[in-house]
Amino acid sequence: MRRFKIPHKFELITIIELYAKWIRNGKLKVNSDWNKDIRAKFTVQDPCNIGRKSGSNKIVDDLRFVIKQVVGEENFIDTVPNRDNNYCCGGGGGALQAGFSDQRRAFGRTKFNQLTATGATYVIAPCHNCHGQIEDIGEHFGANYHVVHLWTMICLAMGVLGEDERTYLGPDLAEVGL
Amino acid sequence: MEAAIKIDELVPEFKDEVLARIPDANFDLCLTCGTCTGGCAASELFDMDPRKLIRMLNLGMDEEVKKSKWMWVCSMCARCQSVCPMDIAIPKLVYNIRASVERSKRPKGILGSCDQHIKTGSAMGAKKDDFEFTVLDVAEEIRDEHPGFEDLQVSVDRVGANMVLNQNSREPVTEPEEMGPLWKILHTVGADWTYPSVMWAGENYCMFMADNEGWKYIMEEFTLHVDNTLKSPYVVNTE
Repeated sequence: MRRFKIPHKFELITIIELYAKWIRNGKLKVNSDWNKDIRAKFTVQDPCNIGRKSGSNKIVDDLRFVIKQVVGEENFIDTVPNRDNNYCCGGGGGALQAGFSDQRRAFGRTKFNQLTATGATYVIAPCHNCHGQIEDIGEHFGANYHVVHLWTMICLAMGVLGEDERTYLGPDLAEVGL
Repeated sequence: MEAAIKIDELVPEFKDEVLARIPDANFDLCLTCGTCTGGCAASELFDMDPRKLIRMLNLGMDEEVKKSKWMWVCSMCARCQSVCPMDIAIPKLVYNIRASVERSKRPKGILGSCDQHIKTGSAMGAKKDDFEFTVLDVAEEIRDEHPGFEDLQVSVDRVGANMVLNQNSREPVTEPEEMGPLWKILHTVGADWTYPSVMWAGENYCMFMADNEGWKYIMEEFTLHVDNTLKSPYVVNTE
């Protein structure tokens, strides 16, 4: 809207900022106890648009706050580099639909190496392009990580994740809280 | 050995064309340090990298710049510009190279998604009626089968809602059960929200396609609907 100077009255915010706000003000009660004994390890993909391209680390810091609340701080392992210095997954900008799959995967190889270096078995991808690309490069280069949406982990930590809402969870978490 | 580039014969017309649109692009300030390229995961793909692209642009190798397919592999992630000591607008250059390609010759996948979005409101071609039917149907299932959510409310175009949410069309079209967790969170915190029926999808392939006209149209339709019809003070991006 800035680009086309379209006047608008509404304010644009991201759901991640709201998740963080609701956890901080106590409206959203999450708990990482479910992961105390399982100790499933999580890392995250910073979507470029809410990180570097947003001009600050505010949203990606909120993202980390939410993740640590729902999986336990000790179970979160960040990538190197991260936040506003993250590497793009290679799926953005339309790359997933551009038709140059070999090049798109070669691009994603850098991210794949950074994600697997964390040793995490779960990658939280809050953007659909990232989600699709990270799943694809995981299968292509042979990773053993699962790619999950943030809302899945929040609902798991609230104890309300339904049986049919677990498509992306691995066998270790498939039954948790049921 | 490749032939030397004869600079005398080249005129950087494309550079001037792009500069007219982005006056602060700083192309002439390139120090050729290569920091952009060192931190770019798309370097070397299609025998191209950001530094090379700027050199070619400045030398006036316009045809070669436009002929490369690299602009469709670069995701415009902006890591190059964020480390560039001269703040050169490389992502915007890539966008403009995309825009220089005849519309019908841009990648079919992106073109198709952009056209669908203009026509139906989502890149996957789900019309607003299909969208509304799917979300209301899934919400009904959750009310019936998920204990604690008997009162879950999901609406489309509820005038005056505090928040309007967009939704990537992948969910209603291919994995509707993935919408449930988001709704449960909203329900738990007592959020006052609705989906818009106009341009409801979160993605925007016209932006990826560098279709200024299509992108602008989508944003205008959406803005008019939210401001004038729904009158909601917040739009929430769900990804």
